[in-house]
Amino acid sequence: MINQIVFLYFAAVIVLSAVLTITRRNPVHSVLFMLLLFFHIAGVFVLLNAEFLAAVQLIVYAGAILILYLFVVMLLNVDRESKSDRANRFWPWIVAFGLVIFAEIGLLVARGSFPLEGGQIMNKTGIKELGIDLYTKYLVPFEIASVILLVGLVGAVMLAKKKND
Amino acid sequence: MSNSLTHILVSFAVLFTLLAVGGMLIWLERRLLALWQDRYGPNRVGPFGLLQVVADMIKVLFKEDWVPPFANKPVFIMAPAIIVTVTLMSFAVVPFAPGIQVVELNMGLLFFLAMSSLGVYSVVLAGWASGSKYSILGGLRSSAQMLSYEAFMGLSLMGVVMLAGSFDLNRIIEAQRDGWFIRYQFVGFMLFLIAGTAETNRLPFDLPEAESELVAGFHSEYSGLKFGLFFVGEYLGITLISSLITVLFFGGWLGPWLPPLVWFTLKTFFFICLFILLRASLPRPRYDQLMSFGWKVCLPLAVGNLLLTGAWILMKG
Repeated sequence: MINQIVFLYFAAVIVLSAVLTITRRNPVHSVLFMLLLFFHIAGVFVLLNAEFLAAVQLIVYAGAILILYLFVVMLLNVDRESKSDRANRFWPWIVAFGLVIFAEIGLLVARGSFPLEGGQIMNKTGIKELGIDLYTKYLVPFEIASVILLVGLVGAVMLAKKKND
Repeated sequence: MSNSLTHILVSFAVLFTLLAVGGMLIWLERRLLALWQDRYGPNRVGPFGLLQVVADMIKVLFKEDWVPPFANKPVFIMAPAIIVTVTLMSFAVVPFAPGIQVVELNMGLLFFLAMSSLGVYSVVLAGWASGSKYSILGGLRSSAQMLSYEAFMGLSLMGVVMLAGSFDLNRIIEAQRDGWFIRYQFVGFMLFLIAGTAETNRLPFDLPEAESELVAGFHSEYSGLKFGLFFVGEYLGITLISSLITVLFFGGWLGPWLPPLVWFTLKTFFFICLFILLRASLPRPRYDQLMSFGWKVCLPLAVGNLLLTGAWILMKG
């Protein structure tokens, strides 16, 4: 019962802060609402007994990626951002895509089956089991993901590198 | 019932002790710096100048709490609270002595890393919300610096985790009964010390506030209690890093004859003094030197240390 209530709280704040993230005019405020969003997603992970995922969610998303966003956003001109138009001439396309995604989500929720109800607790899985699974059962996707990250890393360095010839 | 009561008492005791320690460290730092620089330091108010802290607190509390009109008000007010909250939260997982711990987490070390990675928001947001050139420069510097040094802070600790086989700080201490981890993880210790200094924005890594070029950087617009929070947050950060060094590399509360809490306090106090000595003796590097040191020296060293530790554990079987 109490888990249900906590889950509903997390879910409500996640939806609300997600909406606020894309509707705020001030980009730094958007980033802050996104931070709130990440915190509550971490909360859902804790509720699912996935403490490791919760910690990684905070370390990677809140602690690293969002800081980089903030770094870029801080360099923007906030005044110009708040006076500029909210949409460009492609807006019908964007709305159409949005509706398609929304319909898909609706279909998934209506038709799909979920292993857990909201607020139910999963069996505890330690880091050890997670590691063993990653390196045996899911070895190939895991390695592919690492290679993609490596490519991104090298690509970024190549783009930023000064040509001194 | 009595169990949960002791739990609450322990939590409050930890909280109040930490806040008192944070305040007293301001006095300690000024006295020690004075000693090492052949001066007297604050010695007028009370015995040995101890009441200087109280005098400073009264001053900070009654000062006008001014929010500049060009600041972004909600973010400006929020920023100083973040650093104190996040640092105090990290202390929740620190085992001060057997039984004296706010919460026992399996993921203790990861929780600490998560919380310390959030501390950077305080500095960055303060710099941005102040709406002044110097502050935003300080904020930008700190976001780049803290990101770079966090990258190998986590890596430098993984050697300890591999040796202990757990992220639980209690198990890490228990694993050091036969010998402190500093014997195998000296490189990890040095890297963590460097990263910790950078995370707390202490000299020689205080470029976000470099008063000679940025006029105190990210907190130049702050006054009154908000400035006080930044100040206390910095000293809480030093205490946190010192106590984690103690737990991870120097056996935590383990030690002969004396009670565990005394051992923990002594070891932590030693590292706090080391932090102050660092400030007294080292000059500030240039910004590009700082960045290239982090990425080109410390990160490869941390990865190499991880590799060697893994190989050593495999070899021992």
